[in-house]
Amino acid sequence: MSTKIDMTPMVDLAFLLLTFFMLTTTFAKPNVMQLTMPVKEKNEDEQTKLKESEAFTIIMGENNKVYYYAGMNTAEAPADLKVTNYGPNGIRQVILDRQRVQPKTVILIKPDDKAVYKNMVDILDEMNITNQRKYALVKVAKSDQDLIKKSGL
Amino acid sequence: MPKVKPHRTSPSLDMTPMVDLAFLLVTFFMLTTKFAPEETVVVDTPSSTSEIKLPESNVITLTIDKNKRVFFGLDDDKAKVATLQKVGAKYGVTFNASQAKAFGNLTNFGVPIGQLGSLLSMDADQRKAVAKTEAGIPMDSLNNQLIDWVMEARKANLALYKKQTFIAIKGDGDADVQTVQQVIKVLQEKDINRFNLITDLENKPVVTK
Repeated sequence: MSTKIDMTPMVDLAFLLLTFFMLTTTFAKPNVMQLTMPVKEKNEDEQTKLKESEAFTIIMGENNKVYYYAGMNTAEAPADLKVTNYGPNGIRQVILDRQRVQPKTVILIKPDDKAVYKNMVDILDEMNITNQRKYALVKVAKSDQDLIKKSGL
Repeated sequence: MPKVKPHRTSPSLDMTPMVDLAFLLVTFFMLTTKFAPEETVVVDTPSSTSEIKLPESNVITLTIDKNKRVFFGLDDDKAKVATLQKVGAKYGVTFNASQAKAFGNLTNFGVPIGQLGSLLSMDADQRKAVAKTEAGIPMDSLNNQLIDWVMEARKANLALYKKQTFIAIKGDGDADVQTVQQVIKVLQEKDINRFNLITDLENKPVVTK
């Protein structure tokens, strides 16, 4: 008499369990991106003023559009607004070019009301990719929104 | 001439190594993973190149879905129950033992505190059914419950484990930035300036300077 046992049901069971565990459990912890906001300065005089030559503004618009300009935007001297996208040849190249011209660039990131959260993550990610040291997330100004409207981009 | 019959062997094969392998994998999955918590809302997180992992414990998760709703979640059951009692006391809402237990098992929730009691009395299926209609936690300047939840959760966690909590913001890719900024602003008013944005991993592109 043979002592062989049919192991097929056992294999069935083992793989059933395997599939169950693979589907119901989480394996990897999610990745996170760290975002540190500046500590609020109580005294306005202690805040450092940004030099015009170092300022670079990125506005996240609707429909995944990115607007950007160098320097300041005032009523007397409206900034030269340009538009690009989030692709690898879009805003990333713009930042890299800017860093070459002005290594001390400070980027002001302004999300427009119609921007989506994905855009914000993308832009912050570009800061990591391009090793941009100084950047800040600020509220979009009315003058910036007007500039976009006027430029028709 | 008689036909030459090929010698037939029995098709049964030795499955022992296969069973070994399968059980090895089962054991591996049982030991290294933990059960995926049931999510109240489905959130499709955007991807980034950041490779930092979320810490294992002491995490407050603020989920923001695409309908501008904010959900609050804390990973530890004990701290969660303590938080519930504190916030309840502040708003004059009391919870019984079974409701507190249900709250401990909840991954996150998004209702104003007044409706929390009835949400906790429901069973899991009913809760799933109302998840779509939950309003999110109020966080406007007149009725800012979100900050109370966060502050009490931090205090409760600190008292229990002597460890600071991490704030993780889990936003949907289509959530609008205004809501995210509002959450950040609310927390910044209480001097919380460090945030972790939960993202999926994508490969870091090569950048030429």
